[in-house]
Amino acid sequence: MTTHIFKPDMPAPKTSVGALGWMRAHLFSSWLNTLLTLFAVYLIFLVVPPLLHWAILDANWVGTTRADCTKEGACWVFIQQRFGQFMYGYYPPVLRWRVDLTVWLAVIGVAPLFIKRFPRKAIYGLCFLVIYPILAYTLLHGGMLGLDVVPTSQWGGLMLTLVIATVGIAGALPLGILLALGRRSKMPAIRVVCVTFIEFWRGVPLITVLFMSSVMLPLFLPEGMSFDKLLRALIGVIMFQSAYVAEVVRGGLQAIPKGQYEAAAAMGLGYWRSMGLVILPQALKLVIPGIVNTFIALFKDTSLVIIIGLFDLLNSVKQAAADPAWLGMATEGYVFAALVFWIFCFGMSRYSMHLERKLDTGHKR
Amino acid sequence: MQNQIGAPKQRLSLGDPRVRAWLFQIITIVAVVSLGWYLFNNTQTNLQHRGITSGFGFLERSAGFGIAQHLISYTESDSYARVFVIGLLNTLLVTFIGVILATILGFIVGVARLSSNWIISKLATVYVEVFRNIPPLLQILFWYFAVFLTMPGPRNSHNFGDTFFVSNRGLNMPAALVADGFWPFLASIVVAIVAIVLLNRWATKRFEETGVPFHKFWASLALFILIPALCCLMFGVPVHWEAPKLQGFNFIGGWVLIPELLALTLALTVYTAAFIAEIVRSGIKSVSHGQTEAAHSLGLRNGPTLRKVIIPQALRVIIPPLTSQYLNLAKNSSLAAGIGYPEMVSLFAGTVLNQTGQAIEVIAITMSVYLAISISISLLMNWYNKRIALIER
Repeated sequence: MTTHIFKPDMPAPKTSVGALGWMRAHLFSSWLNTLLTLFAVYLIFLVVPPLLHWAILDANWVGTTRADCTKEGACWVFIQQRFGQFMYGYYPPVLRWRVDLTVWLAVIGVAPLFIKRFPRKAIYGLCFLVIYPILAYTLLHGGMLGLDVVPTSQWGGLMLTLVIATVGIAGALPLGILLALGRRSKMPAIRVVCVTFIEFWRGVPLITVLFMSSVMLPLFLPEGMSFDKLLRALIGVIMFQSAYVAEVVRGGLQAIPKGQYEAAAAMGLGYWRSMGLVILPQALKLVIPGIVNTFIALFKDTSLVIIIGLFDLLNSVKQAAADPAWLGMATEGYVFAALVFWIFCFGMSRYSMHLERKLDTGHKR
Repeated sequence: MQNQIGAPKQRLSLGDPRVRAWLFQIITIVAVVSLGWYLFNNTQTNLQHRGITSGFGFLERSAGFGIAQHLISYTESDSYARVFVIGLLNTLLVTFIGVILATILGFIVGVARLSSNWIISKLATVYVEVFRNIPPLLQILFWYFAVFLTMPGPRNSHNFGDTFFVSNRGLNMPAALVADGFWPFLASIVVAIVAIVLLNRWATKRFEETGVPFHKFWASLALFILIPALCCLMFGVPVHWEAPKLQGFNFIGGWVLIPELLALTLALTVYTAAFIAEIVRSGIKSVSHGQTEAAHSLGLRNGPTLRKVIIPQALRVIIPPLTSQYLNLAKNSSLAAGIGYPEMVSLFAGTVLNQTGQAIEVIAITMSVYLAISISISLLMNWYNKRIALIER
């Protein structure tokens, strides 16, 4: 009996495997692609080496004044010297530990929520949501427990940016959910009120909202009652943001199949209980990535408070760059601010993509 | 005994959902109205105490300040109403330029992200991730303070072929001056467009009846070039170009784009293009590969496949978010307040508000302009969505 013995496979042609093959497939597959590759390489050559030289190789890293920046590249000394102002604004330097402590408390407080096996996450989360804002306000503003008062006019820098963004989203979330429910309500009066509210705030730019909250809000209030500037800005931001959150949440509500509403009604649940126990838990889970994206937009928008004269990160940089002792440092300042904003926004957008994958438990039809 | 046979007559009680619905709605309306009344009253008292007279009479008064860029003629003695129109026109100008440039750049980057060329797609990814994660205001300030204001003065300006000059005064470029052939030229363009429409109608009709294709695109292009060119030969050139010339410390002649406008347009274009690129990418990816295969199996080649199968389906996904990006661009143009480009917000809600103190009227006018823009765009959107919505079996 003869048995067929297969010859061993021939190796693939050298030009189609390994680094060479990869390059052929991805860089030089046609004459157009080759041209594009060359163009891209030229573009990179044009941008990257000068940037590298400016930002790192020829940059000035040590020193205390502008005169220490003798090399041609960036003068990072400026950032080092003004770092405190960029982070805390005019918050008194001796009291800055309070800001640090607030941030650490937030990090430590939130950490358990990311541990999978942590028991009673929901209750813990609720307690955190109630206790932390009080604690944070006490620490930042003072006036209680023997802490010195730091008026909000001295708040600034990245700290103010974070305060506006977090308070903005924390306030906008409950309001936004109510508005979304109202927009889907069967009662015409409530629907009209909610739709008008949402469309109004979505139709105007945030900058006019901030203008409005800074010049018109004092006129709306009874005589003698006045808010501080930060609070006025926060009210404007919350109103504005709640409209966007409402639209995101509405998207989630619409994605829940009608059967869920009917099933909840069949169980004898009233409106609030069917929403709270059946619909919202599913809908909110669907829209978490959307809400994170809204938060990213809000985080970028906080930079607009520059217009009404609050000293957030961007305004601190702008102020510092206008300082006669550091003339010509605008580029370094703005690049630094851009980097800080970029790290936050990019990090959050990656997190939102991760959540989207993790929470995707088959609602897609 | 008829009452007992029919449905039992319901009495008004809180147990009835309809009664509750009425009650809730009445409470809501009463709450909203009384809140409005409360605010209105407070405002009235506050205005009286501050001695501000409300009303739109201030629009008639003379403004008395100069404006760096105005598309229509303006002098310091003109009224606030004219200032408003100038601000509105400047907003529309930025929005218009920004929309066109951002669309072009966004489509290029979006297609580049899908390219099979590794280096090109990575470059496009880096572009998108960098620019959409930096606040637009920061980008505007960067272009303005770190780029345009640090440019050399007019004497050492960057010279592009003696026609375009970039300096810290902005971009100086040749001006188009109306010449003899201008109106005939305009008329010839209208004629060309009408001819193209008629030709296309005829070609479509013939194609549907006989199946004979016609090179619509090339024929239209030829018409569009030939008719105006013929007109130029007959009536002379439509415009004269006047190049800017350096005299003393500044340029004279030509048109100038002020650095505020350049910084604002550049920043908004770059920022919005990053978002448009993502929209374009997801739109093209949403058309399944089966569509391409089906078109190929019907005998369509690559070009017609793209034009007649892929793009129409991708546009259905692309257009709605694209318009909302345009809307965002229009709203973001208000960030000009950060660098003092004279548009709606910085000119009207800024300077005019400070001069007149008419906070309520000024803010109300500004907001209603943006509301009008966004409502008209969303109405247009709804109409378009209805028109292109998939009609399912």
